Amino acid sequence: MKTKDNQGPLWEVFTQKKQGQPFRHSGSIHAYDKNLAIEAARDLFTRRNEGTGLWVVKSEHIIDVQPEDAESFFEPANDKIYRHPTFYEIPDGVKNM
Amino acid sequence: MKKNTEQLEREFQEKIDNEVKIEPKDWMPDAYRKNLIRQISQHAHSEVIGMQPEGNWITRAPSLRAKKILLAKIQDEGGHGLYLYSAAETLGVSRDTFLQWLHEGKAKYSSIFNYPTLNWADMGAIGWLVDGAAIVNQVSLQKTSYGPYSRAMVRICKEESFHQRQGYEIMTKMARGTKEQKQMAQDALNRFWWPALMMFGPHDSDSAHSSQSLKWKIKRESNDTLRQRFIDKTIPQAELIGLTVPDPDLELQPNGSYKTGEINWDEFWNVVKGNGPCNKQRLAHHKKAHDEGRWVREACLAFAEN
Amino acid sequence: MKNQLFKYTLRLGDNALILGHRLAENCSRGPYLEEDLSITNTSLDLLGQAEAFYKYAAKVEDAGRTEDDLAYKRPEIEFYNLQLTEQPNGDFAHIQVRQFFMDAFNYYLYLQLKESKDQTLAAIAAKSLKEVTYHLRRSSEWMIRLGKGTQESKQKMQQALEDLWQFTHEMFVADEVDETLLKEGIAADLQILKKHWNTKVNEILKQANLQRPEDGYHATGSKKGYHTEYLGYILAEMQYLPRAYPHAKW
Repeated sequence: MKTKDNQGPLWEVFTQKKQGQPFRHSGSIHAYDKNLAIEAARDLFTRRNEGTGLWVVKSEHIIDVQPEDAESFFEPANDKIYRHPTFYEIPDGVKNM
Repeated sequence: MKKNTEQLEREFQEKIDNEVKIEPKDWMPDAYRKNLIRQISQHAHSEVIGMQPEGNWITRAPSLRAKKILLAKIQDEGGHGLYLYSAAETLGVSRDTFLQWLHEGKAKYSSIFNYPTLNWADMGAIGWLVDGAAIVNQVSLQKTSYGPYSRAMVRICKEESFHQRQGYEIMTKMARGTKEQKQMAQDALNRFWWPALMMFGPHDSDSAHSSQSLKWKIKRESNDTLRQRFIDKTIPQAELIGLTVPDPDLELQPNGSYKTGEINWDEFWNVVKGNGPCNKQRLAHHKKAHDEGRWVREACLAFAEN
Repeated sequence: MKNQLFKYTLRLGDNALILGHRLAENCSRGPYLEEDLSITNTSLDLLGQAEAFYKYAAKVEDAGRTEDDLAYKRPEIEFYNLQLTEQPNGDFAHIQVRQFFMDAFNYYLYLQLKESKDQTLAAIAAKSLKEVTYHLRRSSEWMIRLGKGTQESKQKMQQALEDLWQFTHEMFVADEVDETLLKEGIAADLQILKKHWNTKVNEILKQANLQRPEDGYHATGSKKGYHTEYLGYILAEMQYLPRAYPHAKW
């Protein structure tokens, strides 16, 4: 019987450089199970002190926006300029608002 | 309404011209995808096969410090291989397929790794010249148009900055050491100089993929431009430590740039075609490790399913 | 006591160096690339530990030798690493079983040594313990993963256990060096270590569905500098440059 041989599923790795900072995507790895995934992530992405926190998630569990949906997802935010502080006029002399 | 190919191609080229990165799910011409798959996987294989010539000296590194540095550096090469395989996989080809292409001889890797490492100074020459040449190329590739490739390059450049320095440090120690050490250093330079120049590929006029790659900004600068940059940086470094670049035709031009003799292109194409000193050995080493690892990978898959 | 402390520290360094060297041999030969890098990380940790122990040994000896002299200029008979560490890599099962035995040993050893009355040893042990905790986690998982993986992997793991078991006995054989330093509160108590090691090994073997081998022939002698034939070749390769060019600086 021929058994399966492959590199295992793909996982996405997120590292937190310092405590308090957001987790950022570092890259991806192959791993066969959860333990191997978090360890491979540690051994590959934190060799130079790049981490105080680490997440891995199977790539297939990531939901992303399809390119054809990008316009309807992101462009409606373009004209909501009133969401930004610079939209508002404040009298001169007011500091730190 | 569905856009036609012509329209998509125009929009694609506009993005490229405006330095907007292409991401995995974006539309891209088939030829762009193929070109990237070829280039990135070739780059990944080079990193991984490149572990071997230096690996040849791990057990003989002459001090604890040298042993740690060499091992960490080789590990970095493997890590860079991983970053690049991941970038290439975003184009829809699995790592298993890349490995299969490598083993079948369908995928190439940089010919420099088909040269043997014969003395300890070769560890210096590889870091200084081979990584030095690679860095010139990779710095330029940080601005490549494909997002995942560009991000991998940024990370790799950051990590590789120590590689060239450690190589030059070894070379300096050897060149300033005993008579035998100096001989080893010069011998290493003699053997690695020309193959390092060949790493940049054929002249622009003879390069099959160059012009389209430049238009799509997969490559940002031409082979000859990058090669010249490397030459001009490296020759003064050789002189500084008293080593002689093995090129009788070398000439410093009034503009401060060096004119070199002609590269032996017969040798270049021969090694590319598989007839270099170590081509068979390198591939056999990789295949053997892969074959011997099969039962481990199978066990991992079986364990994960339980 | 200076002599005993020197020898004790050398042993710690030798274990780390020879095992680290064996793992380094595996670089570019892993079953897949991620694992290749992980094994190299363990090797780098061990080489760092060796360097720290040798530096201290050189200081204790106070005879003008450096850590590199200790690694590169001593003959086989003056190396005191456990014979287990010098056993060849063989297949991945042998690498992981050897690693698991040594990780469990080092873990419980450093756990004791970090309380040593010798402050330098205590400090190196405390730092190394963090590294070894991770090593032990990984090798324990590999024991279970491969023990429970396929028929083939289970059989290979059992074979590796049988092959390497004879080298575990000498881990716990105390000599005059151990005894003297134990009384001083410097060395680890090997009887306590043995108990912990056995509990850990039994626990992991059980989880891995693997059999604890029967006790049979016991290899021993490393504390006197007696080794298997493998060490000579390791040193011949490792020490070749410094010995061939004694005046060179690297």
